[in-house]
Amino acid sequence: MTRVVLKRLLLLPLLMLLFSITVFAIMQAPPGDFLTTYVATLASSGSSITAEQVAALRREYGLDQPIWVQYLKWMQNLVTGNLGLSLEYQRPNVELIGERLALTVVLALMAFIVTWVVAIPAGIYSATHPGSPLDYVFTVLNYVGVATPNFMLALVLMWMAFAYFGMSITGLFSPEYVEAPWSFGRVGNLLAHIWLPAVVLGVAGTARLTRVMRANLLDELHKPYVTTARAKGLSEWRLVLRYPARLALNPLISTIGWYLPALFSGSLIVATVMNLPNIGPLLLRALINQDMYLAGAILLIYSFLTVLGTLISDVLLAWLDPRIRLEDG
Amino acid sequence: MADERPAEERISVASNWKLMWWRFRKHRLAVVSALVLIGLYAVVLCPDFFSTQDPEATDARLAFIPVQRVRLFDGWSLRPWVPGIVGKRNTTTLRMEWRLDEGRRVPVRFFVTGHPYRLLGVVPLRLHLLGTAPDAGTSIHLLGTDRLGRDQWSRLTHGTRTSMTIGLTAVVLSVVFGIVLGGISGYVGGMPDLVIQRVIELLQSLPTIPIWLALTAALPRDWSPQQVFFAITVILSLVGWTTLGREVRGRFLALREEDYVLAADLAGASRWRIIGRHMVPNFLSHIIATSTLAIPAMIINETSLSFLGLGIRPPAISWGVLLQEAQNIQSLALAPWLLIPGVVVILSVLAFNLVGDGLRDAADPYGS
Repeated sequence: MTRVVLKRLLLLPLLMLLFSITVFAIMQAPPGDFLTTYVATLASSGSSITAEQVAALRREYGLDQPIWVQYLKWMQNLVTGNLGLSLEYQRPNVELIGERLALTVVLALMAFIVTWVVAIPAGIYSATHPGSPLDYVFTVLNYVGVATPNFMLALVLMWMAFAYFGMSITGLFSPEYVEAPWSFGRVGNLLAHIWLPAVVLGVAGTARLTRVMRANLLDELHKPYVTTARAKGLSEWRLVLRYPARLALNPLISTIGWYLPALFSGSLIVATVMNLPNIGPLLLRALINQDMYLAGAILLIYSFLTVLGTLISDVLLAWLDPRIRLEDG
Repeated sequence: MADERPAEERISVASNWKLMWWRFRKHRLAVVSALVLIGLYAVVLCPDFFSTQDPEATDARLAFIPVQRVRLFDGWSLRPWVPGIVGKRNTTTLRMEWRLDEGRRVPVRFFVTGHPYRLLGVVPLRLHLLGTAPDAGTSIHLLGTDRLGRDQWSRLTHGTRTSMTIGLTAVVLSVVFGIVLGGISGYVGGMPDLVIQRVIELLQSLPTIPIWLALTAALPRDWSPQQVFFAITVILSLVGWTTLGREVRGRFLALREEDYVLAADLAGASRWRIIGRHMVPNFLSHIIATSTLAIPAMIINETSLSFLGLGIRPPAISWGVLLQEAQNIQSLALAPWLLIPGVVVILSVLAFNLVGDGLRDAADPYGS
């Protein structure tokens, strides 16, 4: 068990190194660089900049050096925890990303909790009452839930809240808390706002998970040990929760491996539509403006979160399922 | 031609595909969904025939016209019509405000002549499925218009073409990559297998949406819509092939040990003949089912990317581009019908999922 975790942890730096090369290559791919975009923006707003100034700026940002030198410089800074300077905001990237990163993780975790809290009971109910009206309702909701893109759901909710209740449900804080320092009031305000985006983000996953839970539990319920327990007079409640539900849960643990990372990536779209102060919209802006070090830093953070999510699920699985422990340990 | 043989005998001699079709037929929802998909792909083949207007024609005076719902019966006779529209400028906001006039009935005609187009890009035609009589003196907007006065119904038909084609091409590309690379990995083994497996792991641990965004943002701005379209299918299938590749590898590993493969090998069949003639047909039905289930994911991905402004770009039209119009709450409050393309997205994804489920069950030889 410890060996599995250690092995994975040792692989982490290697994986991150590969990711950093990939990300850097992608950041270099667009024709031109930040300065060409910057000059174009200036030109479209009427002001201009001389060729000497451009050259000076290019030297200042190191954009005139060969790619591999730029990469090594970037890596050197990364290792020392310096994510570089945002070319657009003229502020350190660490500062820009800091708080938004926490909100990204909180949003994904909230969506994760919503998913499990809803999907497991719904799946158990469907499996124990197959063919009941509520089972049909769940099945239909599941199909529609999987088929609805996140942003579409967000749009519909925003429109309905606005049209019928005159409310705006964008953002994560009420106006008075947006710029306020952290306090209990602010946390409460965040919790009052974050559940809706969390639900939007979690719907597709909930639908999938309910289906898997239902199928797994149905398989378990037909096994002889269930009949035995029932014959011995165990109450239906305890019977289902005690053994089959636990066994049906096991395969679900392995879904965390792709589900958590999917939530991190998916939060980008929801955040953009609902205007959440998350790293998603920041990345989108950075990509459009070719603010390459900011975009690169955010992409690397996403990669790191993805790998971390996979790692957590592997550890959980190894912890819960002894067969896997034997194989690797 | 009816088969006279008893049912059991027919089952025992039926080909695999026939058995699959029989099992698929029993899923009523899947069959209905398949019909929906056939309908959508008919629109894909010739969006102009189904549109009522030129999707690019802008007319600011016709902005934000609401949906003119089609009524089938005029009195007691089956003569479809839509209510006419009356516009009045609001004196304070200076905005056109449209009202449906139930009293004025604009008849809807079938097979009318309208704006010229080329069928499949070749045959010049003016024939359209729906439209108004030439003497009606007004245009109809079955799904309303957007802020530039473009007809949403006509734009939706063109968006359907782009989005449905992207989904399909991206999956076809993924299948090709998946079969070739997964096949090499599973059949050849050794070093190639190791490399391909590591590449798959690396690709699968990338955060998909951010990386896609970064890649699409890297596409040059001056590319033509066709180039962007192709680039996006490649970008989407870059990750899509990995799941299929794994699955194909697993199948190859299992099938490699089968006796009939050994027999073919001993009989002197070449490696490619063994793969193409004996192994691939064995899991083809399974691959088809899996890839049908992969199409809706591609469609959602494309729609999301285009919605964020980094996928298909205007003037090209896709479902995501159409939904961009509904991006802010102001235009949504003003024109909720701009969300209709989203309903079509959900409908098509639902249909693909149901057909895929039906195919998967049908392809399983051990299913009931």
